[in-house]
Amino acid sequence: MKPPSPRLLLTCGLAVLMALAPLAVRFTGNEYPLIVLTRIVILAIAAVGLDLILGYGGMVSLGHAAFVGIGAYAIGIMTAEGITSGFVQWPLAILAGAVAALTIGALSLRTRGVYFILVTLAFAQMVYFVSVGLDAYGGEDGLVIPTRSQFGALLNLSNRTTFYFLCLLVLFATIALVAHLARTRFGLVLRGAASNERRMRALGFPVYRYRLAAFVIAGALAGLAGILLANHSEFVSPSIMNWGRSADLIIMVVLGGMGSAIGPLLGALIFMLTEELLSHVTTYWQLVFGPLILLVVRFATSGVAGFFPERTDEG
Amino acid sequence: MSLFIEQTLNGVQLALLLFLVAAGLTLVFGIMDFMNLSHGSLFMMGAYFAATFVTLTGSFVLGGLIAIVCTTLLGFVIEAVWLRPLFGRGHLDQVLGTFGLVLFFNDFVRLVWGPGGRTVGLPQMLQGHVYFGPNFSYPVYRLVLIAVGLLVAAGLFLLVQRTKTGMIIRAAASDREMAGAIGADINRVSAMVFGLGAALAGLAGLFAAPILTVQIGMGDNILILALVIIVIGGLGSVRGAFLAALIVGLIDALGRAYMPNLLRLILSPVAASTAAGALSSVAIYILLAVILLVKPQGLFPARGAR
Repeated sequence: MKPPSPRLLLTCGLAVLMALAPLAVRFTGNEYPLIVLTRIVILAIAAVGLDLILGYGGMVSLGHAAFVGIGAYAIGIMTAEGITSGFVQWPLAILAGAVAALTIGALSLRTRGVYFILVTLAFAQMVYFVSVGLDAYGGEDGLVIPTRSQFGALLNLSNRTTFYFLCLLVLFATIALVAHLARTRFGLVLRGAASNERRMRALGFPVYRYRLAAFVIAGALAGLAGILLANHSEFVSPSIMNWGRSADLIIMVVLGGMGSAIGPLLGALIFMLTEELLSHVTTYWQLVFGPLILLVVRFATSGVAGFFPERTDEG
Repeated sequence: MSLFIEQTLNGVQLALLLFLVAAGLTLVFGIMDFMNLSHGSLFMMGAYFAATFVTLTGSFVLGGLIAIVCTTLLGFVIEAVWLRPLFGRGHLDQVLGTFGLVLFFNDFVRLVWGPGGRTVGLPQMLQGHVYFGPNFSYPVYRLVLIAVGLLVAAGLFLLVQRTKTGMIIRAAASDREMAGAIGADINRVSAMVFGLGAALAGLAGLFAAPILTVQIGMGDNILILALVIIVIGGLGSVRGAFLAALIVGLIDALGRAYMPNLLRLILSPVAASTAAGALSSVAIYILLAVILLVKPQGLFPARGAR
C-alpha cells in the first residue's frame, strides 16, 4: 500500500485541528476566536469554489463576491418576508447563486483574458448597485436578519458551536467535491482547456459548456457561503459584494495555492489571521498588507499548498 | 427643457472627468498589456494633494499645478518601484499586485490626512452661476471644467494622433514587439505614458475635489467606471475612450434625471429616486454587456484584427 501523500496528510491534519478548535474555546472561555474561525471557514468555502474556476479552469473571475452576496441577500429577503425555514431558504438561495452564475457566466465566458476579468468585475458591480437600490430591504444600509434559518429540532444554528461544526462540515464536503471533480473527466477537460483551449476544442470538447458548468458550480458554492455568512453575521449589506471582497477571495486562492482544493482554506486562514493580527498591531494594517500581497505575487506564486505535493512518488 | 440641458452639461462634465482617468488607463493597457487597478488611487491622491496645496498656497491654480506635478512624480515612482516587476506577468498577478497598491494608498491617506474627508474651496471668480435665460443658470466652475476638459482631450488627441511621440505610442499600443524591433524604446514609452496617465488622473482629481468630497476610496468608483469605459471604447484606444466616456456620462446624468419620473409611476417618490440612482448605474453595465455581445473588442479596437 502506498503511504498517504503530504497533501492528504495536510488535509486530515487541518480537519482534526479545526474540529478541535471549539474545545480550546471551551477551556479559555473566550468565544471571539471561534467567531473569527467560523468566518474564515465560511470564506474558505467560497474560495474553494472559486478555485474550481480560477485554479483548475484558469478563469480569473473578479466578481465572485457577487454570488456570495446573492446567497446572503436571498436569506435576508426571505427572512424579512417571513420564510424562516432553512429547508426552503437554503435550496432557494443556492439556486439563486447558481442562476446568477449561469446568466453572468453565459455572457462573460464569451470573452477571454483581461476582458473576462473586467466583465466579471462589471457584472458584480451591477449586482452591487442592484442591492444598493433594494430600498425595501435596507438599500445601502443593509438588512438585519432577526432569526437564523430554522431547521426544527434537527439543528439549532443559534448555538455557536453547532453552527461552527456545520460550516466545517460544509467546507470539507466542498473540498472533497472540488478535489473529486478535478480528477474526473470534467475536471480534466477544464484543466486541459486552461492550458490549451484550442487543442481541447480540436479534440472535440465543447469547452464553453464545460466552463459554464464549472462557473455555475462555483456560483452555487458561493451562494452557499453567502447563506452561512448571512446566518453568521445576522446581517447583510451591499458591502459584502464590494469589489475588494472579490479580490480578497482571489488572494486567498493564490496565497493557498491555485488548483489544489485544500489550498484556498490555507489561504483563507493565512489571509484572515494576518489581517486580524495586523489590525491589532496598527490601525494602518493595509499599509503593510498591500506590499505583502505584492511580495506573494512576485515570489510565491505556487502558494502554500505547493509545499505539500499531491503525490509521494518523485518524478 | 432646461433640465435636459443642465443634465446634458452634467453628463458631459462627468464624461470628461472619466475620460481623464480612462485615457491613462487605456494607453498603459494598450502599450504594456498591463491591468492597473491602482489608477484610481492616483485620482484620489491628486484630489488629496489638491486639498492640501490649494489650502496651503491659497490659490486654486497654483495649488492645483503643484498637485498635478506631485501626482505625476508619484506616478513615475509607482511605475518604477511597484509596477515594473509586474510587466510581462499574467493579468492575474497584475490584478493582485495593483490591488495591494490600492490597499496601501487607502491606509497611506488615512495615516497622512486622517480618516475624515476634505473639501476644497473655490476661488471667488469660479464661484457663482452663469445665467443663460430667465430660468436657466449653470455654475461657472462646471463650465470652466468642461472647457478645460475639452481642451485637454483635444491636446491629448493631437499628441497621440499628430506628433511623432504619439505615433510611437500608437505603434507600441498596436504591437509592442514590432514597435520595439523597429527602434522604439518601449521602456521609455511606458514610463512616459505612465507619467502622462498620472498627470491626467491628478488633473481629474483636482477637478473633482471641489465637486465631490475628497475621501478615502473615492478612486474606486471612478476606477471601475473607467475600466468599463476602456472596454467599451476598445482597449488601447484614446478615441474610443473619449466616445465611451461621453456615452457613460450621459447615460448616468440623464438616467438620474429622468428615471425617477418614470419610476414614480410604479414606486413611491423616495423609493423611485433611490431605485433610479441604482438603475442608471446598472444601465451602464447593461450597455457594457450589449457591446461585448455585439462587438467583443469594443468600439475602436487599437490592436488591428486581434
